[in-house]
Amino acid sequence: MQTLQRTPLHARHVELGARLVPFAGWEMPVQYDGVIGEHRAVRTDCGVFDVSHMGELEVEGPRAGELLQGLLSNDLDRIGVGEAQYTLLTNERGGIVDDLIVYKLEPRRFLLIVNASNTRPDYEWLKERELRGSDVRDVSDEYALLAVQGPRSIERLGLPDAKPFTFAEGELDGVECMVNRTGYTGERGVELLVETDDAVRLWDAVLERGAKPCGLGARDTLRLEVCYPLHGNDITPETDAISAGLGWVCALDKGFAGVDELRRVKDEGPRRRLAAFVMVDKAIPRAGMAIAEGDEVTSGSLSPMLDVGIGMGYVAAAAAVPDSELTIDVRGRARRARVVKKPIYKRDD
Amino acid sequence: MAAAETYPDDLKYHPEHDWARIDGDEATLGITWFAQDALGELVHFEPPEESSQVTKDSSYGEVESVKAVSEVIAPVSGEVVEVNRKVVDEPETVNEAPYGEGWLVRIRLTDPSEVDSLLDAEAYKQLLAGQ
Repeated sequence: MQTLQRTPLHARHVELGARLVPFAGWEMPVQYDGVIGEHRAVRTDCGVFDVSHMGELEVEGPRAGELLQGLLSNDLDRIGVGEAQYTLLTNERGGIVDDLIVYKLEPRRFLLIVNASNTRPDYEWLKERELRGSDVRDVSDEYALLAVQGPRSIERLGLPDAKPFTFAEGELDGVECMVNRTGYTGERGVELLVETDDAVRLWDAVLERGAKPCGLGARDTLRLEVCYPLHGNDITPETDAISAGLGWVCALDKGFAGVDELRRVKDEGPRRRLAAFVMVDKAIPRAGMAIAEGDEVTSGSLSPMLDVGIGMGYVAAAAAVPDSELTIDVRGRARRARVVKKPIYKRDD
Repeated sequence: MAAAETYPDDLKYHPEHDWARIDGDEATLGITWFAQDALGELVHFEPPEESSQVTKDSSYGEVESVKAVSEVIAPVSGEVVEVNRKVVDEPETVNEAPYGEGWLVRIRLTDPSEVDSLLDAEAYKQLLAGQ
């Protein structure tokens, strides 16, 4: 029996009456009041998520950039200090070891914020490939991470406007933190990286400013509505970036692990693609359900904004076009779905 | 708005967290406060077809929240005479009133003696306390 790790905010979650569940080796809040209310708060106002389970890896040294440029799919040379980039760690087969955000802290120092369940594998992946002059460290225990997301999040936190995928040292009500203009909800917002000892003070300050505590349940429905892939479900070491629709984060003109295979898939055209769909029949798709026109559902849920079942899954390339009809096996019942253009949900304005 | 925790005395209970309100040779079925609380806000009810048979201790439908799916177990056997369309259209009705407007189906009992095997409110509450 594995003991679950707890974030520095665990006691706060208990006090708030959160429902805590095991997730990637951590005991995490899946919801407080309810997934739907939390989801809507993020779409209309402001919510805060404890995502301290996510991993932080630091890569430093004269050859840090060179190491990462050879292992990450996106072109790291396109960002400067103070900028961040969504990118993939790929294997030699072009499969996705992890998706992550890299932050350029200094010319020779980078921070990678990675998926909780991949922290160890990512660390080992990088460590095994380390160059003389590039030091890789797992600093996850030193930090907590709060995602504050929603159309009113910046205003509620009293932060200046800034471009997406930038970051700066900052403070909120006297608590120092790194303010990252990033997120996983499709809304504007920030992710606040804070030293572990200051996490409770920062959480309290964010709640004081009117953010609604939100759990991983809402985080999952929010990201699915905007078709952000979930590693382990929609993208895995066995799936490639081109088929997953992540060609835009692959600089195929540079060298990195698996690039030859990705070029081949791109030239030949993927056999299957990760399609987004909306249910036509009344049913909720779930991960693992078979799709007659392809493989299986990789993510599925009810969309709290559209009030209809939505999902993603790999289907034959010919079927992965908008308005194409899919048939999902919902526990033995054939239920129709319609492929839609990503994202599934987009605000009307 | 979620209902407060209650287990009415006039109902019979099944250990799988289902209730039956017996009325002559008919019964109304639903899920208990405990079941709806464990699932969270309901977003889908997959009902049985009217006139179909439900069998004691077997699944006759599914209820789903955003994150979870649960089979609904029949406390007693019978033929479905009515499905609660309000719950099909507005599944959250079950959270608001699990023993009232949030009932799921009405059945005609095929073996009224099965009722004797069900728990009363006191016994069901004891079962919950032991979990």
